[in-house]
Amino acid sequence: MNPSANLPPRQATVNDALSRILTFKINDRDVSARDGETILSVASRYNIKIPTLCHLDGLSPYGGCRICVVELKQSGKLVPACITCPQEGAEILTHSQRVVESRKKILELIFSERNHVCAVCVSNGHCELQQLATDLGLTHIHYAYRYPHLAVDASHHRFVLDPNRCVLCLRCVRVCAEIEGAHTWDVMGRGISSQIIADLNQPWGSSPTCTSCGKCVQVCPTGALSEKGKSVAEMVKNQEFLPYLQEMRDKKHY
Amino acid sequence: MGQQIVIEPISRIEGHGKITVTLNEQGEVADAKLHVTQLRGFEKFCEGRPFTEMVSLVERICGICPISHSMASSKACDQIMGVRVPDAALKLRKMINFGAFIQSHALSFFYLSSPDLLLGMDAEPEQRNIFGVLKADPVFANDGIRLRQIGQQVVEWLAGKRIHPSWVVPGGVNKPFNAAFKDDIQAILPEGVEIVQRALTFFKQSIGKFGEEIQTFANFPSLFLGLVDQDGMLEYVDGRLRFVDAAGNTIADQVDPAAYQEYIAEAVESYSYLKSPYYKPLGYPEGMYRVGPAARLNVCNGITTPLANKEWAEFRNLAPKGPVLSSFFNHHARLIEILYGLEMLDLLLKDEDILDQNIRAIAEPNFQEGIGVVEAPRGTLFHHYKVDDNGLMTWLNLIVATGNNNLAMNRGLLQVAQHFVHGNKLTDPAINRLQAVIRAFDPCLSCSTHCLGTKGGAIQLLAADGELLDEVS
Repeated sequence: MNPSANLPPRQATVNDALSRILTFKINDRDVSARDGETILSVASRYNIKIPTLCHLDGLSPYGGCRICVVELKQSGKLVPACITCPQEGAEILTHSQRVVESRKKILELIFSERNHVCAVCVSNGHCELQQLATDLGLTHIHYAYRYPHLAVDASHHRFVLDPNRCVLCLRCVRVCAEIEGAHTWDVMGRGISSQIIADLNQPWGSSPTCTSCGKCVQVCPTGALSEKGKSVAEMVKNQEFLPYLQEMRDKKHY
Repeated sequence: MGQQIVIEPISRIEGHGKITVTLNEQGEVADAKLHVTQLRGFEKFCEGRPFTEMVSLVERICGICPISHSMASSKACDQIMGVRVPDAALKLRKMINFGAFIQSHALSFFYLSSPDLLLGMDAEPEQRNIFGVLKADPVFANDGIRLRQIGQQVVEWLAGKRIHPSWVVPGGVNKPFNAAFKDDIQAILPEGVEIVQRALTFFKQSIGKFGEEIQTFANFPSLFLGLVDQDGMLEYVDGRLRFVDAAGNTIADQVDPAAYQEYIAEAVESYSYLKSPYYKPLGYPEGMYRVGPAARLNVCNGITTPLANKEWAEFRNLAPKGPVLSSFFNHHARLIEILYGLEMLDLLLKDEDILDQNIRAIAEPNFQEGIGVVEAPRGTLFHHYKVDDNGLMTWLNLIVATGNNNLAMNRGLLQVAQHFVHGNKLTDPAINRLQAVIRAFDPCLSCSTHCLGTKGGAIQLLAADGELLDEVS
């Protein structure tokens, strides 16, 4: 990442009423933002939809998947909207041809990396990855599938981890560390061989830190984390708890 | 040196197959073989998957009979969980299975085989297809299309989807039956009964034209296998195994499907990816047995519904002293089974239980092994699973209906080849009959090949004396 990039704070929402106001353009439309706000959150306020995958409101921004890239018209650069703050006078394109092509390529690479077989997946019909592919009109994968051999971890008594369906969005890692405070999940390896692990790479069921709260399962965008016993197409994720928990904590309602 | 004649691909069947006919030095048929040339690999790639996914995974074996695979698979999974499936779910599973039988048998009879039956085995090849049937007898063709639609519609009203629904799950089904569809199903059944009765009349009237075929289409003694209920009556889902010999004697009865390995073993032949199961006590290949519609009607004591039972009695009168031996009569048996399905659907719809909301038993894997055996349209279907403590599949064996008939299909081919192939040229009538005898079994070759055979795919060049001249593998 460009070290000079204007990084957002860990909390995506900015409440400081005294912060500086920036004006710039998204898709030729004049918009304004508070200093420190990300392009993604500004766009969302103006009902401009930018597709995302690793991003989830309520978790710290991560910028890992690069699905939310937007084009900076002046420099021609593609930057991830979830972790980039706009500059005064910037002109941003959210659906230029370059942006759309880039998103599709990234999505194709994600599909080619693991074994995503929608038809027999617990999350079929309720999957963010599948929905993204539909929304972006993805019909073919032009890269060779890697078909990795990845073992399913069903050692937990309530949940199953199937790394074949993991897109390494790290929502599970973040929700476990930031919201639950357990930090059971983390990442092992580098690059294409990265994998989600419980504690020090041990069977999930034997993890002493896991509280079995199930937050990781609910925030997972695909069928990689699912409730045990669910049959094909039965896993429907419920993510409503996250903004609720956040609000209760931020405003100290408890 | 003998000569070999090859027919590839075989038309109007499900899946891909090849026939070779080997001639001896005198130019007479010495041997004929059915080669199943494709491999699926389900028994390997399902390893490591959670057993809860198996029902939908194995449905992908086939687009014609996914419901049959879901029946066998869910039964195996029920055993792994060790649960008693709620009555409503058992009845709903039976209903969807009857729907699937109706559509599959209608496909086989009308779409695939009726061109031979209506237009004749010697009709012009370009006319001998469903479009030719449409031209020659539009009412008959429409009957077939409508009958298949009735079966598919029943499946859709129950499961929400016609092909590969994910409604049947381990422990039951995942949605209660929508009462709104009860009357809809009831309303289309009488039309189905009328269609089958017309087709039965047509079939019985045309039998006279097919004397030679009846005589040669796998018309030889063999064992027969099918599921029967506790009274010995025809049963698809909850039955027990019964073997009957060529004289009609019951040689094994009320066998618990879980003990299938004591009665059935599988042999591997180098010329085909399709395994050759046989009746273990008689050994290989003497233990050849047949499954499927005619086999089921041969082994059972009768059918519990009146119209189908009347037809069954007439069918059995074709061979009053024993089982009906010619596999040509599979066509006949298929129509009787459609009638049974329609009558059973009518009965089940009148059962209050089917609207019960308790449709699923939930449990963790409590046992490490499960065996599910059902009757699929093409014959007895075995799913045998083993899982680890966490419910991940460690091993599975599938004996798919068509596989059971492998030995008999090969024998049938030889019989037809010896009767219809003369000299070193294949005539069109011979080609069609070689394919038609296979078609009579309604094999689903894509369904039936699962295990990674160790020797499949070998090509052998054999001299007339059987000496191996060359081999490619």
